[in-house]
Amino acid sequence: MGRVLATRLARLAATLFAVTFLSFIMTSLLPGDPVNAILGVDAPRDEATVERIREELGLNDPLPVRYVNWLGNAATGDLGESYINRGQTVWGDTIVQRLPVTAQLAAMAIIIAVILAVPLGIIGAYRQGRWQDQTTSAGVQVALSVPNFITGIFLIWLFAVKLRWLPASNWNRISDKGIFENLKTAILPATALALTQMAIFSRLVRSDMIATLQENFVLSAKAKGLSDRYILFRHALRPSSLSLATIVGINFGALLGGTVVIETLFAIPGLGFRLINAINQRDILVIQGITVFVAVAYVLINTAVDLFYTVLDPRIRKS
Amino acid sequence: MTVVGSDTARLAKADTNEPLLVVKDLKTHFQIDAGLVKAVDGVSLELDRGKTLGIVGESGSGKTVLSRSIMRLNIANNVINTGSIVYDGEELITKSSKQMQKLWGVEMAMVFQDPMTSLNPVVRVGRQLTEHLRYHLGVNKAEARSNAIELLRSVKIPEPESRIDNYPHEMSGGMRQRVCIAIALACGPKMLFADEPTTALDVTVQHQILNLLATQQRDRFMTMIMVTHDLGVVAGRADEIAVMYAGKVVEKAPTGTLFSDMRHPYTQALLWSIPKIAQPKHTRLNAIAGRPPDLINPPTGCSFSPRCPYAQDKCREEEPPLVGGSTPGHQFACWYPVGSKENEEAYAKNLADGVAVTLAAEGKITATEELTAEIIADLDLGEAVIDVSDPTTGEGAD
Repeated sequence: MGRVLATRLARLAATLFAVTFLSFIMTSLLPGDPVNAILGVDAPRDEATVERIREELGLNDPLPVRYVNWLGNAATGDLGESYINRGQTVWGDTIVQRLPVTAQLAAMAIIIAVILAVPLGIIGAYRQGRWQDQTTSAGVQVALSVPNFITGIFLIWLFAVKLRWLPASNWNRISDKGIFENLKTAILPATALALTQMAIFSRLVRSDMIATLQENFVLSAKAKGLSDRYILFRHALRPSSLSLATIVGINFGALLGGTVVIETLFAIPGLGFRLINAINQRDILVIQGITVFVAVAYVLINTAVDLFYTVLDPRIRKS
Repeated sequence: MTVVGSDTARLAKADTNEPLLVVKDLKTHFQIDAGLVKAVDGVSLELDRGKTLGIVGESGSGKTVLSRSIMRLNIANNVINTGSIVYDGEELITKSSKQMQKLWGVEMAMVFQDPMTSLNPVVRVGRQLTEHLRYHLGVNKAEARSNAIELLRSVKIPEPESRIDNYPHEMSGGMRQRVCIAIALACGPKMLFADEPTTALDVTVQHQILNLLATQQRDRFMTMIMVTHDLGVVAGRADEIAVMYAGKVVEKAPTGTLFSDMRHPYTQALLWSIPKIAQPKHTRLNAIAGRPPDLINPPTGCSFSPRCPYAQDKCREEEPPLVGGSTPGHQFACWYPVGSKENEEAYAKNLADGVAVTLAAEGKITATEELTAEIIADLDLGEAVIDVSDPTTGEGAD
């Protein structure tokens, strides 16, 4: 176990190094100068002021020096401050503030998706080729091909405009208004995100389940006179969930950095929303901080998934 | 020793003379893209209570499909089942999967060929042993567990109290097959199907498993159908043997009669294909020439005719009916049955015509009556030797 952990940590370090270095180079290669953003586009360019700001931000140092400086600070937990909103720290005022919002959205989306996908996948596999399978497959195909902002717009139209059940946009924090008000603002964007995920997950469950149902142990369970439902859920589902677990991990990580469109549509103060802002403003340290954070989350989630495999399949535990 | 799952009422009912199982003209056809596969094509059987029927045939002869069809396990969209299966006075062929669920496990159970794949790898042995017990008989958890431990003990698994919490991969092949047998026995079925129960196991374990099945059958007064490709496996253990070829029974007889008076060339070929202990090393095996027939377009006439050293024009044109032999209960389907004058003439004619030459060249018909006698002498035709005293053999780690 110690060796496994050491390997994991080494891998995490290598991943972080690659991710931060690449994002540092990329953001530096972007055309445009953060100083312009700080001063405002229309401000008259006073070379002395520009030079002062550049010196202050350390922008005059060569790229490797800037990277090493940043890395050193990051290692001590200091991710720096926003260039644009001075005094706003990347860790405390950006990530800590905004991560819970995005993480909640992503988690809700994944949970909704799994809850819907597992029964749909099972039905598709159990009734393979029959109308139940064809109907669900067609539905899944539609869900897969509709982009999530279209789903989002539709949900807003239906539940906020027509039915007036839920607010069209905005975000209530649990700490401010409690869980119920929070869910009212979270459910629509989470559902919009969930639909595509649901489609992907149910396809995986269906195809894995079809393979599992061919296994001899399913026939022997049938020969014991167990009900089909019992066989599907207690015998076939677990061996059919390995791909699902993998993709849930990957997509959860992807959602942490990929809810931008939905956050923008629903005016949600999440991580993605902030990231887009930072990119537009060349707010390098914010971009850098969020990127690192998402990368760490990715690695951690996938480690958790690897551990979960051993729960799903006892044969993996030994090796 | 208490026999878990048996009940006295059933043992009492065993006195009735009516057979437990009567199968009439059972057909199982699979509709696939390439055509209609006639996997089982008109099989009739009768099986008395407490008896063992051996079904023998090579791969693709339909023996596994037959056993699953009798149990009605292959109910699917593309399966066409016709004929009649009367089990304990009840017609099964019209029953739905849902209705059959009440019989599966409780009335009839099956031990499958491959214990490596017929246990769920992600479910502990204990739950696999008890789930149907709890489902069918409403036994509570604690009681089911103690039943399961008792069952494991009865199939000679050492330390059943700890083994019950194992996963299948923590057991050897022989142990897993013992577990499969225990699972099949759990609800005390009247009828046990054993589908090549020892094919996937190594030879040292095969004997133990067969003996275990025999003791359990005797203790619980079960009726058994044992499916195998190996005449040697059923030789000393079955009361009656049915030889299958291309989805049909080609010869059927009480075990003793079958070996003393076999009439079908296919039965003879199966027997000759058993390697003989006394044979010198590197003796060619007497394999049966050719391949099992295409079940979508079987040959006209007798389906064994393309591979039969005695086949005449009549065999290739007209299908022989299953007719009775001199001994009661002996039936065979052959125009030129082994041991008859016609058979000798047919063989002589084939040799003269050179028709049988290709078969002879492959060493197919070098066997003689003496060989038949020698092989039978090798087979354990007497009372099955009950020897389950050494269950630990073959239980090393995988």
